[in-house]
Amino acid sequence: MSFLTITRATLAKDIRLEWRSKDAINAMLFFSLLVVVIFSFAFDPTAEESRRIAGGLIWVAFLFAAIVALNQTWARELRNQVLDAYRVSPAPANPLFLAKALGNFIFVIVLEALMTPLFVMFYKLRVLGAAWQLLPIAALGTWALVVNGTFFAAISIRTRAREIMLPLLLFPLSIPALLAMVNSTTAVLTGEESARFWIALLVAYDVVFTTVGLLLFETVLEAE
Amino acid sequence: MKRGFTILAIVTGLLLSFALYEALIAAPTERTMGDVQRIFYYHVPSAWTAFLLFLINFVASVVYLIRRDSKSDIIALVSAEVGVVFCTVVLVTGPIWARPVWGIWWTWDLRLTLTLVLWLIYVSYLVLRRFSTSSQTAKLAAVLAVFGALDVPLVYFSIWFFRTQHPSPVIGNGGSLDPRMAQVLLINWAAFLCLAWLMSWTRFRLEVLKREVEEAQSLQSLLEPSR
Repeated sequence: MSFLTITRATLAKDIRLEWRSKDAINAMLFFSLLVVVIFSFAFDPTAEESRRIAGGLIWVAFLFAAIVALNQTWARELRNQVLDAYRVSPAPANPLFLAKALGNFIFVIVLEALMTPLFVMFYKLRVLGAAWQLLPIAALGTWALVVNGTFFAAISIRTRAREIMLPLLLFPLSIPALLAMVNSTTAVLTGEESARFWIALLVAYDVVFTTVGLLLFETVLEAE
Repeated sequence: MKRGFTILAIVTGLLLSFALYEALIAAPTERTMGDVQRIFYYHVPSAWTAFLLFLINFVASVVYLIRRDSKSDIIALVSAEVGVVFCTVVLVTGPIWARPVWGIWWTWDLRLTLTLVLWLIYVSYLVLRRFSTSSQTAKLAAVLAVFGALDVPLVYFSIWFFRTQHPSPVIGNGGSLDPRMAQVLLINWAAFLCLAWLMSWTRFRLEVLKREVEEAQSLQSLLEPSR
């Protein structure tokens, strides 16, 4: 079977599973809704202030919510020893990793598409910079989160206290990506400075960690 | 091997006492900061030692991923542990110095933030090793170490974009460190390196023994299964 066939098959399976159960997306949606509401009570910002803090709030909400989807990526495959089946099958490991990362990417992008209008409403946001730049920022930022998240979820299922372990491993490494997402979003919202440096940093982060992830995933999948 | 260890322990003890004398008494007092500046002789050598140990951790992890030998795994584990200890010293001595000199305990400047993020990454590395239930913890840890090391330049560039408040390095690039102070600094670094070596060596032997005991125990339980 070719790389693409395996990727497509795994991705289709994951999306079908999610479509039928809607476990992850519902939990993520409700969670980020709670974050939006709680933050707006905690800060009670004016339109001017919220433009400055919204970048941070949005990404923190998405980061925490994404953990839900990431945690179940591999945990789901532990039931009925599916992961062991993957391991003994002659199929290469990388298409599996790529499919899982793409699946998580789609889930989180859907979440962002649904939640962003709510953010705009609750925080009275009006973009002062080049709004189209938010699209590449969202895509690159989300990929930065899910590519490492998918990878580290495969490590965290090998530990005690799995669900807690993933953020402990993922957050320290995601600091540069998070910094870039927050600052580029704020730059676009306030329109005061250019987001170009941060977008370039996100591209570098994505390229580096996608490459290393693909190089080392087989090692992680093998480790029981 | 045991003899070498004793010699190293004695040398470290002597060097540390000499470095203490040099740093607290012999070194000239800094003109504007006064005696507070003397913490510099602990802060900077600890930082260098910690960074060196993190580098060793990265190299040992890569070697482990290629060769899969338990020796480089133990070296990676030990260097991360001792590195976190020295990095903690850096993060504690820094604010003690910054409070009287800058008037603040902490600022989100390049070097401070980079050190803090490094500390976070290597603590998460140690947490993974502690919490892992895998029979191949070494592999997972080595992979994480590679990710952590690759993250460092990205962290650097991301924070570099902010303004830098930390005094720029006085060593190299035309800095103006008093030659006597530089001498004391190097003596202290030598002492700290010996200390780090001694600690790592102790920890290395402990880990080797621990693994031998575990192996012997599992072998024994294989030999007498009915108990």
